[in-house]
Order: sequence, then C-alpha cells, then structure tokens
Amino acid sequence: MTTTQDRQSAGVEITPLTAPAQRTANTAFRGLSITAASLILVTLAAVATFLLVEAWPAITDASGELADKVSWIRPDEGQSLIEIAGYLIFGTVLISAIALLIATPLSIGIALFISHYAPRKLASGLGYLIDLLAAIPSVVYGLWGAIVLIPVLQPFYQWLADYLGWIPLFAPADDGTVSNTGRVALSAGIVLAIMVIPIITAVTREVFLQTPKLHEEAALAMGATRWEMVRMAVFPFGRSGIIGATMLGLGRALGETMAVYMILSVGLTYSFQILNAANHNTIASYIAGQFPEANSQGVSALIALGLALFVITLLVNMLARWIVSRRSEFSGAN
Amino acid sequence: MSKRIDVNNLNVYYGGFLAVEDVSLSIEAKSVTAFIGPSGCGKSTFLRTLNRMHEVIPGARVEGEVLMDGVNLYDPQVDPVAVRRHVGMVFQRPNPFPTMSIEENVLAGVKLNSKRMSKSDSQDLVESSLRGANLWEEVKDRLDKPGSSLSGGQQQRLCIARAIAIKPDVLLMDEPCSALDPISTLAIEDLIQELKSEYTIVIVTHNMQQAARVSEKTAFFNIAGTGKPGKLIEMDDTTTIFSAPAEKATEDYISGRFG
Repeated sequence: MTTTQDRQSAGVEITPLTAPAQRTANTAFRGLSITAASLILVTLAAVATFLLVEAWPAITDASGELADKVSWIRPDEGQSLIEIAGYLIFGTVLISAIALLIATPLSIGIALFISHYAPRKLASGLGYLIDLLAAIPSVVYGLWGAIVLIPVLQPFYQWLADYLGWIPLFAPADDGTVSNTGRVALSAGIVLAIMVIPIITAVTREVFLQTPKLHEEAALAMGATRWEMVRMAVFPFGRSGIIGATMLGLGRALGETMAVYMILSVGLTYSFQILNAANHNTIASYIAGQFPEANSQGVSALIALGLALFVITLLVNMLARWIVSRRSEFSGAN
Repeated sequence: MSKRIDVNNLNVYYGGFLAVEDVSLSIEAKSVTAFIGPSGCGKSTFLRTLNRMHEVIPGARVEGEVLMDGVNLYDPQVDPVAVRRHVGMVFQRPNPFPTMSIEENVLAGVKLNSKRMSKSDSQDLVESSLRGANLWEEVKDRLDKPGSSLSGGQQQRLCIARAIAIKPDVLLMDEPCSALDPISTLAIEDLIQELKSEYTIVIVTHNMQQAARVSEKTAFFNIAGTGKPGKLIEMDDTTTIFSAPAEKATEDYISGRFG
C-alpha cells in the first residue's frame, strides 16, 4: 500500500485537501465566457435604445409637424409616417414570404439530398458549393438579378399572368399586361430566395445528419422505404432545426437591402399583385434609398422605420421559439 | 405465420472486406435460435442479412442464399423493403420514435402499409400488440405520452410491440437486453418464451446464460483474428452446445476461457 509519504518521496506533488483552489485557467475562461455572453446583451440593449431614442421625435410627432419637414412624406396627399410604415411593412413581409415559400422546400430538398441520398463524394462537393453561394455579396446578387435573371423571368411572368391570372397574386394590371421590366416583387422574392437558400440548407443539412442512426434503422427495419424513413425519423427529429433555419433565413430576407434596392421598381401600395411594378418596397431598401438625402427629422423618421423592422424580426423569432417549444416533450432531446 | 429459414453458403462483404464467411444453417419455425460468440465475430452482421438490414451500410453485399420457406430473399425480384415487413427486428438499444406517442409508435409500421384503419381497429391493434409485448397494463392509461417517457425496459417492450404489430413471420433480436437491468431482462426473456408460439425468433446475445435460458438451438460464431472473417463454428441443440459441444473453441468460449 502506498502512503502519502511514499508518493512524496517518489517526487509526486500532492495537493493538500485544504489548499486554496488554484485554477487560473478555469477562472479566466469563466470570466471570458460571462463577458462574451453579457456583451451580446449589452449590444442588443444598445441597439434597441439607439433605435428608440433616435426614433422618438418621429414616433411622438402627433401634430404632423414632421411631415412638413421630411421631403418623402407628402401631407398634401394625405400621407403620414404611420401610413408609409404600413406600406413598407406590408412590402417587406410580402417579399420575404415569397422568398421563404420558394427557399424553404428547395433548401430542405437540397439538404436531404446531401445528407441522405447523394453518394458521399458528390454530397461533400455539393455541400461546399452551397456554402459558396452564401459567400457571394448581396450587391452581386442584385446586379446578377437585375441584368441576367429578370430578363429571363419576364416572359414567364407574362405566361403566369395569361394563364394563372385568376389567382390574385398573379393578376396582371388592368390592361392585361405585366411589368415589361420584370422589376417586380416576385423577382425580388426569387433573388432573396437564392440568397437565403445557403443559410437554410446549411443548418438543415447539419440537423439531418444528426438524426440518430438508431431511429433511421428502426424505421427501415419496419419495412419503410427511404422516403418513409425520412418522414418517420429524419423530419420529426429535424423539425425544430428546420424551423430555426427558416427563421434565420427569414431574418436575412427581412433585412436584406442591396439586392431589393437594385431589383425592385418601388411603390407604396397594399397590392398583392406581385407581377406588377411600382407596387411595393421594403423597409431596408426604403431606408437605404432615402438616407443619403435625409435631414435630421428625416433620419429620425427612417430610424423609426428601422425600429419597426427590428420589432418584426423580434416577433418572428419569438414565434419560432414558441413553435419549437410547443412539442419539446416529443423532441427526442430527453 | 412463422416461417423457417435456411441459409446456404452465405458470405457477407463490406466493400472488398469479407466479414462473414460461408455460413450454412437452418432456423426452425416457431422456435428460438440464439447466436453467441465474441465481439466482432460477425453474428450481428449475419443476423442483419436475414432481413437485408446490412444493406443500409454502403458497400455491403452478400453471396449465397437465404431461403425463407423456400423463397430466396436475395432473388433479384425480391424487394428488401418487403423482406423487412416480413422479418421484424429489435435492436440493441431501445429505439422508439421520440416524436411519437406510445400509441403512434405501435402503429408506425402499420401506417407504412398505408392501409386506412378504422379507429376501433387501430385501437384493437394497439392493445393486442402491447398485450403481446406484456406492456399493456403499464401504459394503457398514458398511450398519448411520448415513447421516450418510458423506462429502458418498457421502451424495449414497446419496440417489440411495434415489431409484432405488423405481424412479421420472423423476429430478429440483436442483443435486446444488453442495455437493460436484470429485472427488465427477465421481462423480455419471459416475453420471448411467449412469442415463440407464434413467431420464429432469432436472438443475438453476449449473455450465455440468456442463450441457455431462452433458446432451443444455439449457433456459435468465432473469428480467427482481427481482419479475418467471422465463421459459424457449430450449431446444435442448446443443451448440447452448453453440455457437450463438438468443437474445442465452443467449449473454451462457453466455459469462459476467452471472449
């Protein structure tokens, strides 16, 4: 039996039980991670405060004085900041919704192909390519969309209006034609979709790859085809991940400025006709457009719009969290 | 319902690697057959060839034939998906679907056949399957709770209920008790005894007492060394294997000299 003395004589250093804990690295790391976590909260609070303080004059302007000092609000046409905000929120949500409707199924399909269908070599190459899509700057997407994609899409829009025009979304203008430039909400939505596909794909792919082999085999051993296995094991397991990924994509789509700014022929209406130009604009694109020439009251009004965007994004995230938590008992995390 | 299985000269490959070499054996209908042997001897791999589950791993293939009541499971016209609907499987670790309730878990396999079932029919099936797995009394009041809320032993019996709900001909069990405590193990072993009146059961186990307790026939698999293929050393009545095995290697293994 080795005694303490034996071990000491053997050169082994023994910490007495009563010695003060000397764990510098441990303490340092603890401090570091607390700092990092607090920093993000401080930043969030700072941004929210900035938005509130700067937007305050515009928000509290009940008398309508603001409208006289801001060039882009036209009181003579009965406009107010609230009204403009309404149009912009509508446009932002509409275009982001189009983007998500296109991007989500495509992304899930791509992610599923990479994680469960493609041969391994092809899968890694494809995954890398998709990640590259995320690296393209949004201004390049805007240029490409405006110069290359839209001319290709325009005849297709006319076709949609001719044959599916009875659907309100695809209804043509009163003269039966659609925008001949193609600079419409659907184009903005499609380009945004391409921009958010890499984000949604990357996250869902990771989630799909995490599906426990155990559950996949359980499904297969019952005589599930591959698609049935995906529906039984992969999708339920990845459900919260898919929602999270979609919300990440939505966050990007809601806030995207440059591509929309370059593509969309803007206007302010509550129109659902996504094939007609000069009907929509988004908050981010509107702010970018007006900011360079805005006076101080104008800046305050624009910041108020920014605040509205911030609130929308916050609501969307809260909604997503609520959806994810609703069936947490069944999530498989326990 | 239950069927016999005859395996003739079966080789299992993972890519170019021969994992199991030249196995021929017969599994009687309505009986329990145990596969024993040291880790890596290929007994689980071989078990998985009986419902073509090894094909889940890319590059896995077999040579030879597996006849279920005379039909070769590896005939080009045979669909592996259909094979698995006839040959059910229970895994080493309980794997109920965590996103499904207990009831949905039991019905999961039945729904695959996309048969429309009336509510009363499906309730009857849930009850009979859970009764068949000796689980009904424990869960009848909480069928809508997630399967993962059960204990490990209960989860494993839920998996058995799920497997027998699709009325398979054969039930494969890949070390079904290795993640369970002794009480739950006993419950599963009792269940196996009841199930063999209706199903052909093949069980892989590391526990030799278990093989002795539950099976009529025992097959001993062994491996000559790392990188060598696993082989069937001998197969006989369980009592013979454990009292007077024909091969020295079998005796060494069951008497605890290796493995």
